[in-house]
Amino acid sequence: MGVKLLFKVEPRPVPLKKMRYLSPLIAAVMMLFSGLIIFSMLGKNPAIAFHAFFIEPVNDFYGLGELIIKASPLMLIGVGLAIGFRANIWNIGAEGQLAMGAVFGGGIALYFNESTSGFVLPAMFIAGAVGGMLWASIPAFLKTRFNANEILVSLMLNYVAILFLSLLIHGPWKDPQGYGFPQSILFSDSALLPVLIEGTRLHAGVIISFAAIGVGWIFLLRSFLGYQLQVSGLAINAASYAGFKYKKMIWIGLLAGGLAAGLAGVSEIAGPIGQLLPSVSPGYGFAAIIVAYVGRLHPGGIFLSSLLMALLYLGGESGQMNLDLPSAVTGIFQGMLLFYLLAADFLINFRFRWKSIPLRQGI
Amino acid sequence: MDIIGLKTNDGTRKRKDTETGAVPRLELRGMTKIYPSVIANDSIDIKVASGEIHAVLGENGAGKSTLMKAIYGIVKPDRGEILWEGEHIDIINPAHARKLGIGMVFQHFSLFETLTVVENIALGMENQNDMEKLSKRITQVSEKYGLPLDPERLVHSLPVGLRQRVEIVRCLIQKPKLLIMDEPTSVLTPQAVWKMFETLRKLSEEGCSILYISHKLYEIKELCHKATIIRDGKVTGYANPADETPSSLARMMIGKELPVCSQDKPDINGQKCLEISRLSKKKADQFGTDLNNISLTINSGEILGIAGISGNGQRELTNAVIGEWLSEKPEDIMICGNPAGNLDPGERRKLGLGFVPEERLGRGVVPGMNLLYNYLLTAHRHNLINWGLILFKKTSDFAKKCITSFDVKCGSIDDQITSLSGGNIQKFITGREILQEPKLLFVSQPTWGVDVGAANVIRQSIIDLRNQGTAVMVVSEDLDELFEICDRLVVIAGGHVSPCLNVEDTTKEEIGLWMNGMFPGGPAESLN
Repeated sequence: MGVKLLFKVEPRPVPLKKMRYLSPLIAAVMMLFSGLIIFSMLGKNPAIAFHAFFIEPVNDFYGLGELIIKASPLMLIGVGLAIGFRANIWNIGAEGQLAMGAVFGGGIALYFNESTSGFVLPAMFIAGAVGGMLWASIPAFLKTRFNANEILVSLMLNYVAILFLSLLIHGPWKDPQGYGFPQSILFSDSALLPVLIEGTRLHAGVIISFAAIGVGWIFLLRSFLGYQLQVSGLAINAASYAGFKYKKMIWIGLLAGGLAAGLAGVSEIAGPIGQLLPSVSPGYGFAAIIVAYVGRLHPGGIFLSSLLMALLYLGGESGQMNLDLPSAVTGIFQGMLLFYLLAADFLINFRFRWKSIPLRQGI
Repeated sequence: MDIIGLKTNDGTRKRKDTETGAVPRLELRGMTKIYPSVIANDSIDIKVASGEIHAVLGENGAGKSTLMKAIYGIVKPDRGEILWEGEHIDIINPAHARKLGIGMVFQHFSLFETLTVVENIALGMENQNDMEKLSKRITQVSEKYGLPLDPERLVHSLPVGLRQRVEIVRCLIQKPKLLIMDEPTSVLTPQAVWKMFETLRKLSEEGCSILYISHKLYEIKELCHKATIIRDGKVTGYANPADETPSSLARMMIGKELPVCSQDKPDINGQKCLEISRLSKKKADQFGTDLNNISLTINSGEILGIAGISGNGQRELTNAVIGEWLSEKPEDIMICGNPAGNLDPGERRKLGLGFVPEERLGRGVVPGMNLLYNYLLTAHRHNLINWGLILFKKTSDFAKKCITSFDVKCGSIDDQITSLSGGNIQKFITGREILQEPKLLFVSQPTWGVDVGAANVIRQSIIDLRNQGTAVMVVSEDLDELFEICDRLVVIAGGHVSPCLNVEDTTKEEIGLWMNGMFPGGPAESLN
């Protein structure tokens, strides 16, 4: 006769549905809490650090504009990626697709530098969209044709695209009057997005992002194609049983991400940056993966999570300037957010049970 | 025995049991196993004497398998005691169970297909290195019990019936005192069933106790000395099968009489809805079956059954008909007069094909979606999409109709499909396919693992569909089911399809012989 202490992980009989939507919130709160502990360990007053990190960047009109500028590419790419993610198609290459969008769009801007035509800007967006989709079509083709893993292919193509952009800026597209700096000439006004609100840098590119949220909402939740993508993600055999074509899903899933990332790339160079630089994104393509997940692959959620993620970017910058925090702090917060989200999701579906089992009964 | 009395505390009852005299081989007291969402076993008491063939009778999902797994040391009971020859024991794992002398033949086999029979058997034994000696033992034991087996054959080359034989011989070689058999006859022909019964009777005469799990009433009447009937995890009665009638056993098992389907077949002038001509296809993997020159026709207003032991080409034939496998010649398969051999599943559905697959979760329905979305899965062709957008109102009306017409027990169409029982999921899938008014419905294993009530609803709805003029093709391993609902039968064996028989003109015994390939033009003939 004895008693053995056990704990075991068992699936919850009925995972609480509302917890699915609460878990991003729990993750955000846990991230803040852990952040405050890290601040104290670094010898900063947590209250001041918190203020500098999360309040200061957005306590004026200009700051709010910056928040939306940062959130804009994240929500745009996040929605695009969510379309593929719902079908279990893992496009990790949005960063490279964004760079390719910038190359294509930027190429138009540089070529028509003298033009004052109103068609330059739309042409840049079309070219950027094509560029992003072309880059995404490589993993799509290799997966449909040779069953190559799209995660690896799209991931590696990031570096190819970024280096290709860098090559152009260091070579043929370098500004001759740029004192040798690796940068293109400044775009002419016809290639720049107009500022929407005076006193901020808020540019017209955010309209595309907001529109993407709306279109994505209808596409993912109301359209039959969105439904087919979701079925393919949840049960591939059921999809083939119903007669859905998986190859089509792969193409749609990857091209949607490429399209969104390409548009985001043009938005960046025609908006806040105004020229081509070797680096046109502080990792938006990667951060958008977290945005899509924290937003539960739902456009509404992606909208909110992109704002949170943008705040982390701004807070990181402000922390560097005001508190002498290292630049890695933004990455730490992003990582913690994803970590806590995954943990919360796990605990929604599973539970730990401590129990003592008498080894023998009745004697 | 008094059922209410069984629920009393273990301690108070212990003395009473010894009054019966001989110590039972196995005794279970108050066995209880609770899973997060269901009580699989609720205070179950069973006594098995030595040499007794004891039936555990219950519907699918009644908790029989969980109970047997507890005896074999796979599942740890939450409460209850196991007495082995009068001694209290904890059975820690299957190895421990085997050491005690308990053997178990599972419903699903656990054999390595790429190994030989003797290698497979050696794997389950301790310190067994001398393969030659073991081979001899296998031949010896298998012949003694009338289960001849070639120890050197590779398992993947064995038909299902012989694979089961490997499992049985694997147990017998250890000279068990108790043999647990979980639904052993579901993979056997009628002849093989009688043969296995002879083996089991012989074992019982030698003093080996047998726990025989089944839901087939006539088998239990024929074979077993005692029976324990379980419903919803509780014992609902103990019986002497010889003294009972199938209907009295059924009442204990499901709480009412076994339901029967009504036929009322109208006269329908049949048109060819499916015509397969000389279809041959090489197997897709080494464990598959080649399809050999298959020809068959199904007319509107009839049900054609495909009998056969599983693994004889049913999967391949199914894939060929529904379009997961494309053939080079479109004319190989004609659906309602259209060449369809090269069409994908979606295009064949447009021609009027409906399909109820063998795997339900993950294929017939999408786990993680609710009933509404699962209705849409194949029913979207029924004008539920407009301009690429889902018509939710219309879909929900149809889904509700499916739930009410086919007696699907659920809360609402917003429920997750996985919250439904297997039987209700199958009713939902069948209903969804039928409501699309197919011209040709292909049903694979319509009632496999489904409770009796649901099985009856499903069979009746297939018959009703036939009466409305639809052609139905049913693949099933359950001969009783095929004889109950089909108009004509063919047998598939080794990738060959037999000539067609009218159900009235044949017997289960004839079909049983044919299932071994012994039909005109069958694989048994072509060997000579």
